[in-house]
Amino acid sequence: MNFRRLFLIFTPYTWLLIFFLIPFAIVLKISLSDYAISIPPYTPVLDLEAGWAGVKEFLSALDFENFTFLTSDALYYTAYLSSLKIAFISTVITLIVGYPIAYGMAQAPDEWRPTLMMLVILPFWTSFLIRVYSWIGILSNEGFLNQFLMWTGIIDAPLQILNTNTAVYTGIVYTYLPFMILPIYSALEKLDGSLIEAAEDLGCSRLQAFWLVTFPLSRPGVIAGCFLVFIPALGEFVIPSLLGGSSTLMIGKVLFEEFFVNRDWPVASAVAVVLLLILIIPIVLFQRNEQKQREAEG
Amino acid sequence: MAQPANRPVFAPWTDPNEKPLIRFQNVTKRFGEFTAIDNITIDIYRREFFALLGPSGCGKTTLMRMLAGFETPTEGTILLDGQDIAPIPPNKRATNMMFQSYALFPHLTVWDNIAFGLRRSDMPKDQIPARVEEMLKLVRLEKFARRKPHQISGGQRQRVALARSLAKAPKLLLLDEPLGALDKKLRQDTQFELMDIQEKTGTTFVIVTHDQEEAMTVASRVAVMDHGRMIQVDTPDRIYETPNSVYVADFIGDVNIIAGTATPKGDDKVSIVWAEGQAPIAATAPGALTPGTPVHFAIRPEKVAIATQKPEDRANVIEGTVEDIAYLGNISTYKVALPGGQMIKAQVANDRRIARRNITWEDKVWLSFTDTAGVVLLN
Repeated sequence: MNFRRLFLIFTPYTWLLIFFLIPFAIVLKISLSDYAISIPPYTPVLDLEAGWAGVKEFLSALDFENFTFLTSDALYYTAYLSSLKIAFISTVITLIVGYPIAYGMAQAPDEWRPTLMMLVILPFWTSFLIRVYSWIGILSNEGFLNQFLMWTGIIDAPLQILNTNTAVYTGIVYTYLPFMILPIYSALEKLDGSLIEAAEDLGCSRLQAFWLVTFPLSRPGVIAGCFLVFIPALGEFVIPSLLGGSSTLMIGKVLFEEFFVNRDWPVASAVAVVLLLILIIPIVLFQRNEQKQREAEG
Repeated sequence: MAQPANRPVFAPWTDPNEKPLIRFQNVTKRFGEFTAIDNITIDIYRREFFALLGPSGCGKTTLMRMLAGFETPTEGTILLDGQDIAPIPPNKRATNMMFQSYALFPHLTVWDNIAFGLRRSDMPKDQIPARVEEMLKLVRLEKFARRKPHQISGGQRQRVALARSLAKAPKLLLLDEPLGALDKKLRQDTQFELMDIQEKTGTTFVIVTHDQEEAMTVASRVAVMDHGRMIQVDTPDRIYETPNSVYVADFIGDVNIIAGTATPKGDDKVSIVWAEGQAPIAATAPGALTPGTPVHFAIRPEKVAIATQKPEDRANVIEGTVEDIAYLGNISTYKVALPGGQMIKAQVANDRRIARRNITWEDKVWLSFTDTAGVVLLN
């Protein structure tokens, strides 16, 4: 193996090592430590000057106490379950909203497509935080939505939307919609139009042709889109803390509170490690899907 | 065509009692300003293998897509079995189409591709496997039933597409450039296979092609199209031997076209004055011509004989110089320059070995043909 290839292979792995594996090892180490009022706020701290005995002492002080603690308090596993539920429902809604948009884009005349694509990507040009913040202006009791609904006479009193799970769903679906649309669009765009004609020619109605041909062939795009929405939505922190209320329980928020409010780094690290373990399953599935798709195309 | 009298010739278009399967009545199709099909009236009969032949953009594909139901005529009616098909959507028509790209469903196996149409039909579920097996056998793909389309070769894909479109036993099968993606050798084999299958199933085939050889090989009748109009509809041999226009003569095969003015000589004979200092061409033209009519004389290269000595017994003899020789193995084409600068091609079968060939470049040669060898064209 020549130097060039070695370099190409080692670059991403070095990147992964420095920016993912080492930080993860540190977090893992903290999660096995104990809370302490000190700087840093945990014990033990590795004392390299003490030599081998120091390392031994350090290792013997590590334990799984924090992980046991997570199971003892209902707060944590309800937060995990609630996050899974919110991420799952948001993914389904995003799919239902995103698929028709992607389909419409793929059916649009060629000269429109770059513009439509631009419109999908356009929100990324402003800060994510500002976009989520502006939803407060829309959803609050005095917000645009309530004002509009009251003006049309559909409701007499403002609806409580902000600080509920509905607002969280709205925020997640809004934020992650482009991640759903783009992979589905790319799958649908490649679709040969004569396949649909062939299906119709062989006796399918338009709807049957869609279910029997278009949808199965866009499945890799759907799967990719779902993972791209589900994975970040699970650990989402900004949206539930800005739009959600006291009843919205998401693990991202719990994590933030452990770190910055309670300053309990070991428990916060344990929460983060468990979150990562939960995410590994969909990430591995996602990778498999990508690989299968590449094989089918190659 | 000297056919023995006792052998029935398949020619339903000559029988006035025969009912056509498809009838185009003054069909016009416009896309915005562009007229794709210009007032076409044509009958296609049961069991015919009808070829639509023409350059790209001549409207042949549009005509076929109207039969399949993907386009509707702007004016005129299309009757299938006496019924106007304009309001019938593609999925309700008794026609099936084999697409140029084959349009096989990539997510389904060969078996499921063939069964696809049957499952949408009212065929009882338990009869479907037998029909699929029958189709697989017809196209000799039994071994590949469980493969996906990307796991088989181009020729096999083509056969799957054919089997899929035949599975529902359509009244009419439409083939859109079915052999376009195959290499030449495979294409020739497949042409015969296609004719075999057409005969076996007794289905009416309409094929779209831009390959004149393919049209001539497979079709019972060929329609030569240009700019949305049908220039000539006839059997392959008549299209070749008696084209009705310079366009058809030029489009089908190789031809020498000589412009001149015709003078009738009685008894269907005409003499064509075509160049200063050359004897007029003696030819045959049925029907009355007024003296001095401008005409084109078309003659196929293989009907022009080439010799080093002046032949005595031929109606037309022209002297020239060999300019170029194209050796194609089985035949050689000689390009002969006439004194006036005109080129005439003569084709000779190479029934002798190349070393024995006695004509070479720059040789003075005599071209000759009989007075019935060519056709006189008015347009």
